Amino acid sequence: MSAATATVPVAQPAAAGEGRIGLRANLRHIGALARRNMLQIKQDPESMFDALLMPVIFTLLFVYVFGGAVSGKGHQQEYVNYVIPGLMAMMGMNISMAVGTGINDDFKKGVMDRFRTMPIARSSVLIAKIVVEVGRMLIAIAILLGMGFALGLTIHTDVLHLLAAIGLSAVFGASLMWIFILLGLTMRTAQAVQGVAMLVLMPLQFGSSIFAKPTTMPGWLENFTKVNPLSNLADAARALVNGGAVAHSVWMTLAWSAGITLVTAPLAVARFRKKT
Amino acid sequence: MTTRRLTDNGGTAAVEVRGLVKHYGQTKALDGVDLDVRQGTVLGVLGPNGAGKTTLVRVLSTLVQPDAGTARVAGYDVLAQPRQLRRVIGLTGQYASVDEKLSGRENLYMIGRLLDLSRKDAWARADDLLERFSLTEAAKRPAMQYSGGMRRRLDLAASMIGRPAVLYLDEPTTGLDPRTRNEVWEEVQRMVADGATVLLTTQYMEEAEQLAHELTVIDRGRVIANGKVTELKARVGGRTLQIRPTDPEQAVPMAAAIGEAGLDGIAGATADPAEGLVSVPILTDEQLTAVVGLVAARGFGIAHIDTHLPSLDEVFLAITGRPADSGTGEAEAAGTAHGAGPVQHDDQHDDTNVEVTV
Repeated sequence: MSAATATVPVAQPAAAGEGRIGLRANLRHIGALARRNMLQIKQDPESMFDALLMPVIFTLLFVYVFGGAVSGKGHQQEYVNYVIPGLMAMMGMNISMAVGTGINDDFKKGVMDRFRTMPIARSSVLIAKIVVEVGRMLIAIAILLGMGFALGLTIHTDVLHLLAAIGLSAVFGASLMWIFILLGLTMRTAQAVQGVAMLVLMPLQFGSSIFAKPTTMPGWLENFTKVNPLSNLADAARALVNGGAVAHSVWMTLAWSAGITLVTAPLAVARFRKKT
Repeated sequence: MTTRRLTDNGGTAAVEVRGLVKHYGQTKALDGVDLDVRQGTVLGVLGPNGAGKTTLVRVLSTLVQPDAGTARVAGYDVLAQPRQLRRVIGLTGQYASVDEKLSGRENLYMIGRLLDLSRKDAWARADDLLERFSLTEAAKRPAMQYSGGMRRRLDLAASMIGRPAVLYLDEPTTGLDPRTRNEVWEEVQRMVADGATVLLTTQYMEEAEQLAHELTVIDRGRVIANGKVTELKARVGGRTLQIRPTDPEQAVPMAAAIGEAGLDGIAGATADPAEGLVSVPILTDEQLTAVVGLVAARGFGIAHIDTHLPSLDEVFLAITGRPADSGTGEAEAAGTAHGAGPVQHDDQHDDTNVEVTV
């Protein structure tokens, strides 16, 4: 082992931007941290249950419990094409909720102190988490689509449109993760994060066009669904799968994603930096 | 990069802390701390729980921003140049800061990659350090299955990956059993032999004596003494010799005999009749021999002899005239509900500072 420290370097006057992390180094750091998150999953396979089982259970539940009620007995088939694209939107939301509880737990461990004393960008720890969670989200969506096809989902457009719908769900889900990271860094316990998240998520999910056509709802609720970004995403995904006008809902979804990320990502990184 | 020579102490100050203050609400975790760690040496920061040791380490590793004062590590200012500073430090906290779900090898690889080593170099460095810290056999097991000592060693290894110029060890052996503690000490001694500059916080005088060249004693966020370990020890009174007579009833007469004998440098002895134990403060091995010889010559039977270093309590007693109290110090230092109390303490600290600082 060579000398650990022969000389202690003494700083020169700081040049502007000195010590900044370059893009390539930043990507390398994110890669190393994403590898950590994936190894954690490998070590604890149960943590994949939500991504693997949720789509199966939700699909069966909604198609068979509500399908008949919404589309008429024996017409579950039609409901499959309505609800599966909507469930894509919901997968993103449920997976991103897990990010908040995960980051809250993570923070209780000493390893975060190590990360924060290392010459890496603070955001790389959070971005790595998002990269891996988006991967989990895509797995959940793949299983959801598999279930959908098994129950008779038909793509009325083409593969590119389907991929666009998946991509849009992932983009929106990733933007939501920043909210939950912020929540996870702010609340004291993982349970509290989960509690607050459920409180916000339930009305957002059900007060949207995911499960039922808003035109069947009372006026005030219908108006709520119109401003609910989840409706935009569900409408966009549905149009991308079933055909129809997509531009408005797609742009609205992208705008919401960008807006949420621009507001909450810097707040989350600042919170991460300050947290002691 | 150049190295700076400081004229006053003949070495290069790797860590320079001046007037550091950090308040948490009413609590003064750091209340104007000054200290230096010379390059290539180990500074022990000794103090009870709540003295401000961990806050000091957190400020020096950019985890916490100070309210006032300056701190420079390897010439980098903690506030103005945190990014550069992080490149030259290694931190081993009181709680092992490794990922429990990852294997030891994966932990070290990850840190190597975060420190911009190539994949190949990161693996090589990981294997290198695993071997050095005797973790090769456990390399592929998740860290959560490691024993306390193994985790601490993995943590030390993780801190060494970037060959840091300055290493912080925050109570590295707290909660470890004696055997494991010795393992950690050995590793630290090897790092120091390799030239590392170390700031070590500890609650144990013995640990400070084993590892540190110089000592800074802090209490309630203030430095109350500093100097070389031997100087401080002489000040405190060296060691305590404990003798257990074969007949517990003989403890009092034995102490009296030692006290009356007037041996050179022996001020007296105290007896604990309940325990059947006699305690004699000593400074040298000659005094130890003289006391034991005297006791034997007077015909006392000896069942057990032991010497121990002054405890943190005894150090505090010698410096401040009161025992170390853990935790409560913060509330008092904050000046809540104590009237003249804190003022009294401040005077006391200033007095002893003049006397003790060397």
